[in-house]
Amino acid sequence: MIEIETNILAKNDGYAQENRHRLEAASILALNLVSSPGSGKTTLLVETIRKLEGRIPVAVIEGDQQTTNDADRIRATGVRALQINTGKGCHLDAHMVGHAIDHLAPDEQSVLFIENVGNLVCPAAFDLGEAAKVAILSVTEGEDKPLKYPDMFAAAKLMILNKTDLLPHLDFDIEACEANARRVNPDIAVIRLSARTGEGMDAWIDWIRAQQVVGLERLISDAEARLADLRAARSHV
Amino acid sequence: MHEMSICESLVQTIEAHARSDDFTKVLRLRLEIGCFGGVEIEALRFGFDVVTRGTCAEGAELDILSLPGKAWCFGCDTGFDTDSRVSDCPVCGSGRIRVTGGDELRIKDMEVI
Repeated sequence: MIEIETNILAKNDGYAQENRHRLEAASILALNLVSSPGSGKTTLLVETIRKLEGRIPVAVIEGDQQTTNDADRIRATGVRALQINTGKGCHLDAHMVGHAIDHLAPDEQSVLFIENVGNLVCPAAFDLGEAAKVAILSVTEGEDKPLKYPDMFAAAKLMILNKTDLLPHLDFDIEACEANARRVNPDIAVIRLSARTGEGMDAWIDWIRAQQVVGLERLISDAEARLADLRAARSHV
Repeated sequence: MHEMSICESLVQTIEAHARSDDFTKVLRLRLEIGCFGGVEIEALRFGFDVVTRGTCAEGAELDILSLPGKAWCFGCDTGFDTDSRVSDCPVCGSGRIRVTGGDELRIKDMEVI
């Protein structure tokens, strides 16, 4: 009998920690975008890149089972993008993302968007080393999705309710949807957005910048602590 | 169907142990799976049978210990067991709860020769 007491996904978690250290050290904000297929992730990304242009450098990792269509759409904006085809795989893992980071070599202080495979189940279990998961739900889906797929909404820091320009044509109860998301995750932030009309885009950009500030402040306080240690060491020499 | 990747990860861990602990066959394997681990137990069993073929874990008995979910209530500061992320507090009835445990996906131990 051998006692093991190891996390089954220890290997993935190890790669994820490696990715996280690399990204944080270069103050790259990595956001893992998760949703069902067809929620408008790629359109949102294209519009986000336009908004950030000239202000914050961006790189994109695209995960899909097949095709390079999404990476092609992103590259058309002039941003570096790398497509990972997972084949039969239903999610990205930290090892794939680590290789993608090697190839993309994102700039320091940039934002790295990781567009996961469209799936609200499997990507919840795989840490990629991201700073935050962002769940995107379009209002053409059901308002009970956070209750149907609670693991993903519990893991997300932000929920974007996309395609709000379509609300007048739908029975979607946006308040109920937000309440459902808060039911599974009391801390989740919510932004109502339409990538088509631009509604909510400023709030989304502000949220991204606030996350960057959090990362930078952590780096600054680490650097200050290190500096204090070095000064103390010098005074003892 | 990420249970297949979970099984692949499981087999990699077992094979690493087979080398370091010097054994050739796993007779029985015990896993601890929390109710919020996002794993379908039947899919995991199916994946285990498929992925272990030709490995030292082929034919091993798979014991799965299901662990309960844990939650904490914002309303009355009480911890309780639950199997749902949207349950109400059994003490005060509040719906404002936070899940605090139950996402385990762990290999506990194994019998080997």
